[in-house]
Amino acid sequence: MNPLTGYLLVAALLFAIGLAGALTRRNAILVLIGIELMLNAANLNLIAFWRYGPHPEALTGMMFAIFSIAVAAAEAAVGLGLVISIHRHAHTTDIDQMNRMKG
Amino acid sequence: MIEKADQIFVLLGHWLVSFLPLWLQAPALVLLGVVCIIVTFPALFAITVLLERKGLGRMQNRYGPNRVGPYGIFQPVADGIKSLTKEDIVPFSADAVVHFLAPVFLVVVVFMGYAVLPIGRNMTLVNMDAGILFFFAIGASTELSVFMAGWSSRNKYSLLGAMRAVAQMISYEVPLLMSSLVVVMMTGSLSPNRIVDAQNQYTFGLPHWYIFTPWGFAGFILFAVAGMAETNRSPFDLPEGESELVAGYFTEYSGFKFALFFLGEYVGMMGISGLGATLFLGGYSAPLQVLGFVPSWLWFIAKIMFAMCAFIWVRGTLPRLRQDQLMNFAWKFVLPLTLLNLFDAALWRFMGPGLLRWVVCSALLLLAYTAMARIGMRRERFGPRSYRYAE
Amino acid sequence: MSPIFYILAALSVAGALAAVLLKNTVHCALALTAAFAGLALLFLELDAQFAGFVQILVYIGAVAILVVFAILLTRDSETPKDTVYGHNPIIGLVAAAGIFAVLAWAVLQSAAALPHAAASPAAVPAVTVMDIGNALMGRYVLPLEIVALLLTAALIGAVIVAMHEKEGAR
Repeated sequence: MNPLTGYLLVAALLFAIGLAGALTRRNAILVLIGIELMLNAANLNLIAFWRYGPHPEALTGMMFAIFSIAVAAAEAAVGLGLVISIHRHAHTTDIDQMNRMKG
Repeated sequence: MIEKADQIFVLLGHWLVSFLPLWLQAPALVLLGVVCIIVTFPALFAITVLLERKGLGRMQNRYGPNRVGPYGIFQPVADGIKSLTKEDIVPFSADAVVHFLAPVFLVVVVFMGYAVLPIGRNMTLVNMDAGILFFFAIGASTELSVFMAGWSSRNKYSLLGAMRAVAQMISYEVPLLMSSLVVVMMTGSLSPNRIVDAQNQYTFGLPHWYIFTPWGFAGFILFAVAGMAETNRSPFDLPEGESELVAGYFTEYSGFKFALFFLGEYVGMMGISGLGATLFLGGYSAPLQVLGFVPSWLWFIAKIMFAMCAFIWVRGTLPRLRQDQLMNFAWKFVLPLTLLNLFDAALWRFMGPGLLRWVVCSALLLLAYTAMARIGMRRERFGPRSYRYAE
Repeated sequence: MSPIFYILAALSVAGALAAVLLKNTVHCALALTAAFAGLALLFLELDAQFAGFVQILVYIGAVAILVVFAILLTRDSETPKDTVYGHNPIIGLVAAAGIFAVLAWAVLQSAAALPHAAASPAAVPAVTVMDIGNALMGRYVLPLEIVALLLTAALIGAVIVAMHEKEGAR
């Protein structure tokens, strides 16, 4: 068991936990929390491969991770704006109750 | 001899850890530095609290506390004993875990910010390449502690104060970062040591501090304004408005937890003053070359105390800003000026040295400031007041 | 592997588990913050200092606050009375467990297949912020500009989506 494998297993575990959260919880905000966990797990993967990969001086992994953080922040902002807007309309954040297309 | 006085803490530290085995020496040195920080800055906090109460009192035409010692100098001791022995009330419906963790988190986070400040020559606790980024990243975490405090009290007023505080801190975080970005751009490094080294040179006895340049002066003022708002300090203290929200987000805290919040707020103020001193006022360098015999750490502490006195002075002078005025000020005035400051600094760099660049850069900043102030004021219609009576 | 890795990994996984299992939404958000902090420390352990500080600044300083504000604005801060899980949590759990099994199998198999590549840890890359700056302005300037455009679009979009409607729809 070398260090790279350890980091990749932790990232896989975080990804699975985030996926489980996004699929099982009823609250829309918790689905977004699950998505953020998945993105973070992917970032950990990227940085681990950058560190233990063949060419760390090319900075590819770290650049990818930084851009991923920026995009994830933007997506969280838009997603939470949508959740707030839906709450204003349907007065609930329960995604099990949003099962109709009728507005 | 002067070198000895300047480096006395460094030499003392190295002498103390020389008794330990070799593999333990580096962590022990860091631990010693941490202990020094934890001892020094609360002591400065005690002095600042006394200074504030006496200073505000005098500005408001009254004596400050003057019972506890000659001129009230033992008042901080009395305050400490009071907060330690007061009953620690946790409301019944409050969320106990989060209620406990909020002041702890705040104090831990604000003390972590001191790790990158160069307190003296060779006296940076952790010499990081991206030190300024670390400080701002840590400072962004204080907002979360404020929210935790306000939410866990299960009190509508606390929650309102917490949301206002977080909105204010987020709004002013961007101008804080942008106004310090101009220094990073001109130095070419995010490391505080490199920034202080760039300012540590003297021409005709006057230092090369960044505050003595047009963009540095504007940047310092913008940094001071944003720093005051970041630490919820008057005139931006609506979240803890004493006449409005009882005590805002720490209404439900009493005893030692309140003392921790108080400590955290002032230590945070000193941290931001320290960063401002590092970025704009030359860190530990002396103002005039002839004064270089005074130890560097004394200059740093003097600059921090000068900044704290300025904070106290502004608190006693200006009235409080309303929440929407505050947010308008941040997004529509301070932020565009910081962006213009970046452009101004670039202009400074690419014009050669000489009188022309002083004139052009200063004129640009003054023009921008007056233009934006006039435009911002244009919407205000100060007509006669109209009343609406309840029918 | 160093004990620090185990501690930080435990912190991150504990934070993530708490974030998806707890009933009170605000507690979930705070546990998510702990998971982010653990991940930032893992980045620092991997000598990616800039990425670690950006993680703290963006995720803990902005995304966590955003999540908390959204929870407060949708008045979700009370503990819900009925169950917090959907109709069929089993399917989600099975899917997640399956994905973890596949990923773990892939990782362990590849570690066994290429022992020499991953077993020798590379020399610590001396990455300064100036290198990152040069890379951002040199090789990665196009992604940088596209991310700037994306962030502007997200900013405008989020404001428009969450703005109060002027004409009364109620």
